[in-house]
Amino acid sequence: MSMPPFLRDIEFAVDLSLVNAKGWCLDLLGHFLPDWTVVLASIVISGVAILALGPLVMMYLTLLERKVIGRIQNRYGPNRVGKWGLLQPIADGIKMFTKEDIVPAQADKIVHFLAPVVIVVPALMVFLVVPFGERMTAVNLNIGLLYFIAVSSITTIPIFMGSWASRNKYSLLGGMRTAAQMISYEIPMTLSVVPVIMMSQSLSTNTIVMTQVGDLDLHWFIFTPWGLVGFLIYFLCAVAECNRPPFDLPEAESELVAGFHTEYSGMKFALFYMAEYMNAFTLCGIATTLFLGGWQGPFFPSWLWFFGKTFALICVMIWFRGTLPRFRVDQLMGFAWKFLLPLTLINIPVAALWFFVPERLAWLYSIAIFAVSFWGLVKLNCAFVPEKRIYPLAD
Amino acid sequence: MIFGTGILKGLFVTLKNFVTSYFRKPDNGGIFTVQYPEERDKAIEAFRNFPFLAYDGTPDKVRCVACGICERECPPKCIHIVMEIDPLGKPARRPSVFEIDHGLCMNCGMCEDVCPFDSIYMDHAFEVTAADRGKELVRPKEALLKSNDYFLKIRPGTATLVDQKRRAAEEKKKLSRAATLPPQGPVS
Repeated sequence: MSMPPFLRDIEFAVDLSLVNAKGWCLDLLGHFLPDWTVVLASIVISGVAILALGPLVMMYLTLLERKVIGRIQNRYGPNRVGKWGLLQPIADGIKMFTKEDIVPAQADKIVHFLAPVVIVVPALMVFLVVPFGERMTAVNLNIGLLYFIAVSSITTIPIFMGSWASRNKYSLLGGMRTAAQMISYEIPMTLSVVPVIMMSQSLSTNTIVMTQVGDLDLHWFIFTPWGLVGFLIYFLCAVAECNRPPFDLPEAESELVAGFHTEYSGMKFALFYMAEYMNAFTLCGIATTLFLGGWQGPFFPSWLWFFGKTFALICVMIWFRGTLPRFRVDQLMGFAWKFLLPLTLINIPVAALWFFVPERLAWLYSIAIFAVSFWGLVKLNCAFVPEKRIYPLAD
Repeated sequence: MIFGTGILKGLFVTLKNFVTSYFRKPDNGGIFTVQYPEERDKAIEAFRNFPFLAYDGTPDKVRCVACGICERECPPKCIHIVMEIDPLGKPARRPSVFEIDHGLCMNCGMCEDVCPFDSIYMDHAFEVTAADRGKELVRPKEALLKSNDYFLKIRPGTATLVDQKRRAAEEKKKLSRAATLPPQGPVS
């Protein structure tokens, strides 16, 4: 479908308004300053935008989460600080800054201090390759997706650093669980992304979005069988990757006090929290990019589409948190290794099938394959339940 | 039975809660939070908080006779009573000091139960504050005295019953006094 040209023009102008604003700023600087400062300014503007966006997103995600969970539990959630509680994150921030910073006497001081600092770095670095809108990727890496997978998996190390340095059994248990969980879930997550790479034949996040162009901008990968299954697997793994319920074993408060951040207080604790929320945001953003067509979408500007889709996914994460109880450790690991991993391995040939077989037939085949494999995996995953013994003389 | 339907069912329940919280009434699955300082829950008659001393008409007509039963029964021992002594050196049958330490009181309502003179009752006022927890929370008699009208207002059911009982007792007393004429001395 083609839009009238003038509509297309308007859309294009709104689309690129943020990009144009940056260009305009640089133009203005170019009149007064030498060229190299303009290059520097370009980097600084993008950098500052990302550095500001990360914490800002995190602050308001906490508010959104508290609001949504409140509504799920028939409460209002925070509504005292500012209109609708909109200043609540700022109040929380001030509170965090004024809190006492406690370091355990037996802790490894340097590592204990470094862990919360280090954890924010990969969380912010991932923002580089997230395509926020048309021409709004900070760095258009040709290995963007690989970069994302590599950098986001570093998060395990600072968490483990923090848990080890705290010298606390709860922290250490939480850290061990984190390491086990994140490494396990990284495998199905990476493999669920493979069909996308196969189809778009690129690792660049921009190119992946561009291959989802189509009628009405709705030619998203999620509307294919392998895309749908891949998306579901990716999303479940993403929830597990950022340690959110129902996969929040590393910080299971009923067993481990607070897991790896038991011994952290004040701003250090806030940094852990910030990294967690920024990770949730970027993981949802990448899910949007890979499966939901990124910033593609009819009528609205591209960045609005991107943020809309990402926040919808985050709301689903919050919805999970408001609904589901925590997994048991063995169930958690079993779910990754015995269910998600085989399903991703089936998903890859299905994507290949999609590539070579005409569409209708491919749908039929893929549904059949997925139904059979799903059924088989469920059967294989069923725990052995011994027959109920009857005691004839008991009653 | 397909694997995962239970989770979907659970998700649907929370989604329904989320959506209905925006337009349903509190008793129908909506939000039942009371936004406290601005809104207040309707007072329940049986609600009880720190006790008060009831008086009839004017504050000097205290019902309390300083018998000290409540003082002895009070589990955390938060009541302190001193009998007033009249100029003749006789007990005046009313308290000169009646203090309740709100820092100790646990709102059990036993004083109300044991009082034979319908004098001490549990109040509805719960917004009790003090700048100092040592002295200011010990409320003197003046702060505890409240009129019977106030009692009627906050707990109409109990108060009317008590009033009826007291009136009946007075009638009976009058009758018996009339029957045993002449009186041998001042009976108080």
